[in-house]
Amino acid sequence: MEKMYAGKTVSVDHEGYLTNVSDWTPEIAAEIGKEEGIEITPRHYEVLAYLQEQFKKDVALSIRSVGKSGVVDIKELYELFPKGPLKISSRMAGIPKPKSCI
Amino acid sequence: METVNNPVKKVLIIMSKATLESVYAGFILANGARMEGIESEIFFTFFGLEAVQKKKLNDLHVATVGNPAMHMPTMLGGLPGMEALATKMMKSKIEKLDIPPIDEFIEILSASGVKLWACKLAIEMFDLKNEDLIDELDGILTVGDFYQRAAGENTQIIFI
Repeated sequence: MEKMYAGKTVSVDHEGYLTNVSDWTPEIAAEIGKEEGIEITPRHYEVLAYLQEQFKKDVALSIRSVGKSGVVDIKELYELFPKGPLKISSRMAGIPKPKSCI
Repeated sequence: METVNNPVKKVLIIMSKATLESVYAGFILANGARMEGIESEIFFTFFGLEAVQKKKLNDLHVATVGNPAMHMPTMLGGLPGMEALATKMMKSKIEKLDIPPIDEFIEILSASGVKLWACKLAIEMFDLKNEDLIDELDGILTVGDFYQRAAGENTQIIFI
């Protein structure tokens, strides 16, 4: 599937996650955020950068590990992405949907 | 049928047991709901209260007796040390899967916005005091209070 974000056509899967991380730009994150009802802030970008870094290291994400990252605690993670702390943040970061149950 | 876009909005879990496997099941369901943006709450009653008692929560065991899925004869499951062994095995597996121990899991649930309630009648039955209970507890409820919390559209109540 293809979608237009910030004037750029990118490939997304059926749930709206970018299929190529390399397509990601900060503007795309802001537009995906709008779709999810989130007004992006510098704090969001800091969390997204951390998630992308973990993805590049091939580390599976969990609420527990993100909470221990030192970048953001669990309470703030929920405040930033209330409707899906891992799912929505991953989508905004341009990385695949996390498969973790915790 | 208009079920196309009718998601669950709130999940209330009644935790009536304190075997390690049932407490983990309840905690993972509650946490998983929050991760999907669903409100969730846990009501601890009867033996489930062990999971919110400071001195007991890190010492929960797997049930080896009366549990056909253990695939061992019931008499064997009752031998000294069997519960401890099964518990040790499960805890090591859990750690490998990055599932937190019970005390840390309670902190995660609380930080995630899961409301944790204790049952008033069961508290009285076991003679428990406030100081016996975890600091993360949101309060003590009667059954009636609990049902009031289930108000609203698309609430599910799960009994464990």
